Amino acid sequence: MTGSTPLLDVRGLAKSYGPVVALRSADLQVVPGEVHALLGANGAGKSTLVKLLTGVVSADAGTVSLAGHPVRVASPAASARLGLAPVFQDPALVPDLTVAQNMRLTGTDPEAVRRELNELDLDVDFSEQARDVPLPLLRMIDLARALARRPELLLLDEITAALPSDLAERVFTVMAGLRENGRSVLFITHRLKEVTATCDRATILRDGGAVATIDPRERGEEAIVGYMLGPEAAHAAAEAAQKDASAVHAPPPADSAAALEVDSVTVGRVQDVSFVLRPGEILGIAALEGQGQGELFDVLSGQRTPESGEIRIAGRPLRTRHPYDAIRAGVVLVPADRLQALLPQRSVRENVAAPRYNRVGRWGAINMRDEGRRVRQAVDALQIDVRAGRQVRRLSGGNQQKVTIARWLASGFRTMLCFDPTRGIDVGTKRQIYGLLRQLADDGGAILFFSSELTEFPLVCDRVLTLFGGRITAELPGQAADEASLLRAMHGLVEAGDGEAA
Amino acid sequence: MGAFALLFVLVLYWRTQTAARWGPFDVQSLAIDALPLCFAACGQAIVILSGGIDLSVGSMMSLVNVVSARALLHLSFRDALLVSLLIVAGAALVGAFTGLLIVVTRVADIIVTLAMLFVLGGAALAVLEVPGGGAPIRYQNLVTLDTLATKWAPSAIGVLLGAYVVLWVPVRRTRVGLSLYAIGSSRSAAYLAGVNVPRSRIVAYAYSGAFAALGGLALTAASGLGDPNSGTIYTLNSVAAVVLGGVSLLGGVGGLIGPIAAAFVLTLVKTLMILKGVDQNWAQVIQGALIVLVVMIGGLAVRQKGKGS
Repeated sequence: MTGSTPLLDVRGLAKSYGPVVALRSADLQVVPGEVHALLGANGAGKSTLVKLLTGVVSADAGTVSLAGHPVRVASPAASARLGLAPVFQDPALVPDLTVAQNMRLTGTDPEAVRRELNELDLDVDFSEQARDVPLPLLRMIDLARALARRPELLLLDEITAALPSDLAERVFTVMAGLRENGRSVLFITHRLKEVTATCDRATILRDGGAVATIDPRERGEEAIVGYMLGPEAAHAAAEAAQKDASAVHAPPPADSAAALEVDSVTVGRVQDVSFVLRPGEILGIAALEGQGQGELFDVLSGQRTPESGEIRIAGRPLRTRHPYDAIRAGVVLVPADRLQALLPQRSVRENVAAPRYNRVGRWGAINMRDEGRRVRQAVDALQIDVRAGRQVRRLSGGNQQKVTIARWLASGFRTMLCFDPTRGIDVGTKRQIYGLLRQLADDGGAILFFSSELTEFPLVCDRVLTLFGGRITAELPGQAADEASLLRAMHGLVEAGDGEAA
Repeated sequence: MGAFALLFVLVLYWRTQTAARWGPFDVQSLAIDALPLCFAACGQAIVILSGGIDLSVGSMMSLVNVVSARALLHLSFRDALLVSLLIVAGAALVGAFTGLLIVVTRVADIIVTLAMLFVLGGAALAVLEVPGGGAPIRYQNLVTLDTLATKWAPSAIGVLLGAYVVLWVPVRRTRVGLSLYAIGSSRSAAYLAGVNVPRSRIVAYAYSGAFAALGGLALTAASGLGDPNSGTIYTLNSVAAVVLGGVSLLGGVGGLIGPIAAAFVLTLVKTLMILKGVDQNWAQVIQGALIVLVVMIGGLAVRQKGKGS
């Protein structure tokens, strides 16, 4: 298939959001009649490249050519006119319209879509409102709509993430069928097994640029992980691969009582997850995007109730109808989006003291002196720069995150749930937060720690669990949780005997 | 369809309360009273369906009312109709301009239309400071004539139906109409599906302008007078009718028929209060309570349905 003019030719595509470079300079060639995988770790620039190709955002530099002609993709509508049919990660069916109306909205012939659905062996009621259609089926309708346009290039952005395996198989059949007819597929996924099974070539992005285009069948999953990590880490990866057999360690001594027990909890994508968190321990949760970590933290912080299973705090079952129930039981949340937790227009003091307002004699006056003392202690302990403290929105991101931690320091807690607490924070403050978390643990606190930055796990955690497809796939001791082992486990490549529960 | 049930019940009650025999004349006067609000509700409904809100509806009605009362006074019937068409088209353009401002400046709908409320209201006062002007009798008869085919079909309803059929029916099920629903339902999904979101928002405000203009013309025809404050009450009443008519304030759900029925309900409630000699201040309290009650029952019904499925 080399030698023919590429159907899609991307050269030097770049995009920055303010000072953040999302895509440095990406090259990608898709030839007619191939299934091409686009791979990369979180933040490598995959989703930015997809957004550029589909016209959701516009590029700062670089060119996109279709069948040899340079094109400008100004909007999703424009990309569709060019014969590029995307199936987005986010649903593109309008919830309040029926399926049939959604087809008319995009000028797609409903009969053609129905034919495609029949081909996929699916029966869909077109008079149903899109909001009543289950998510996996919605993705398939989205796919059928894209196919009905007879696209030259079908772009699938993590379509299999939301699909059960039987539907995923049908997607692979569709991809193979398109290839037979000389059409092409650009396939984006986190599941490397799917890539080696179905793709002809794979382009791997790292740090905003394409680092390699390889034949995944020939080279295998380890090679892909190697490219995702980069040359220096790849060496370590090979070494770590040999240690894998011993990677699953026994949990730390089970002598102390558990601070938090999660007992076969199922909610949303989370399937039958069990683990134990002890006082004085920092337990990491590592996962690719959308593997159930969000639901897990929602359940523990009282924002959702589990569909089944039980959560125990110091041996007592935790039933939450509201985050307040979790807070009262000593389980507190530090979210990634600080503005979700803070009152941005109010002062540092009020923000730190906010959870205490629940306790102070309900209707009574607030003990200002006691409040002031506790807030001062917490602010001092965290070294928060309060020069701009009259409104927390004026603080830097790092200082804001410290405020969200300080509030729990001032009000007391047993278990702290940190969901990507260092997102968008500078390196110096990150280090301070690592040290702070360790200190909190040494003082007897229990900490559950999720991060989207894999390098943080060995620095912060005693143990790390990896979550893949809603299940725990591996448990690693903190010092062994290097990027390579984590990535492998996060892609489901390590088969842990069973989800760890002590 | 709570508004329809409520309208039915209210009409039954109304029949038992009129002193003289209830008949076509009562239906006709209700239709004349309700017509301006019906138009205002249609425009407002289209904007709210598409995820916005238009606070300039009432001012637009005032402006059109005074402009038409000055322009039409000495015209022949045919010319008056032509000028009316021009006025509606002009109002649609002003509405489109409002939409353009919202799209280009990215200022919230409620703020831009609030500004337009003052701009258009001021313009109305500039055109005609005190009530005056008028319209040809045949033009007024368009709305006030008691019979069309039968005694029970007042011409005001014919005008309403005509506007609905000409302006909304052909569009409702096309890509343009579906786009209005789509951007109100989920702006991001609509965008990803390839809908031109800015253009659809502008179309919604153009519709609001056109329907508000029809409401203003209805005021002129019904009263035979131009009054720069005549439209003021219709801004919030149109929102009330839209809510009562089963349109979600979050957008994406509802239609125009519900708000029209609700406009009749609100007008009839006022008529009944006057009929029963209820103190005007209390009448407002009752009207407000009624809106909240109906909307609340509607919300509960939706929740029950959600639980059932």
